Amino acid sequence: MLASYLTMAAILFCIGLYGALVKRNAVIVLLSIELMLNAVNLNLVAFSKYGALPSLNGQIFALFTIAVAAAEAAVGVAVLIALFRARGTIKTDEFDELRR
Amino acid sequence: MFDIEFNGEFAAFFVFAVLMIAGAVLMVSFTKVVHMVLSMAAVFLGVAGMFVLLEAEFLAFVQVLIYAGAVSILMIFGIMMTHHGDATSETIKPLKETLAAVGAIALFGLLFYAIRDAEFEGMDGGAPTQNADNTQAIGELLFHNYVLPFELVSVLLTVAFIGAIALAKKEA
Repeated sequence: MLASYLTMAAILFCIGLYGALVKRNAVIVLLSIELMLNAVNLNLVAFSKYGALPSLNGQIFALFTIAVAAAEAAVGVAVLIALFRARGTIKTDEFDELRR
Repeated sequence: MFDIEFNGEFAAFFVFAVLMIAGAVLMVSFTKVVHMVLSMAAVFLGVAGMFVLLEAEFLAFVQVLIYAGAVSILMIFGIMMTHHGDATSETIKPLKETLAAVGAIALFGLLFYAIRDAEFEGMDGGAPTQNADNTQAIGELLFHNYVLPFELVSVLLTVAFIGAIALAKKEA
């Protein structure tokens, strides 16, 4: 059963990676990053039950990951709102000032 | 490697897996942003279901509260405050999209090969957690062995939320 959970997490991570690389709306990029973090959480919890030394430590790690991910989402949305005020858009490919 | 016996856990796993993959693929393929967030909520609920299957009940409810509740609502707020006109004018860049798809699929192939090749001898979830009450066990572990990280995370959350307010405030 462990391999099934790991494969599931790999699928989620790859879809999240694709979304983070392709999507142009910055909110959706943030959401894709959350998806990747969720895949990591799934791995941690799967190993905390099916790993070589089953214990609750994996769940504690997942809790900390969730807390950090929540902080990341809040700061990310705040940055996007500030960017939208300054530039009037949140399309990721329109922030290219450093390239000019 | 995938020696699966068809029992209740596998059936529930299959249902949650279908929910999660469908939600994630729809998230990538929808054109309206709000629909994307809603399908992501389905994915978060599927992950919570898998946590229940993995005997992590506390984490499952935390997942529902924080991800399916708070993060989804936060993202919808972000969309409402930044997004005007729901026509996502997709000027598609085929090369970039193809490269990203190839990269993601290659990464998945690599991971799948590694998972299929790995030895999971004796890792069939033998010993159940010694404490029947998952929440109590997590609380005891958190306040005995992980007190310092716990306090650090609380400081991090406070700093992050004050920073978020300061960033999003008008005329900051």
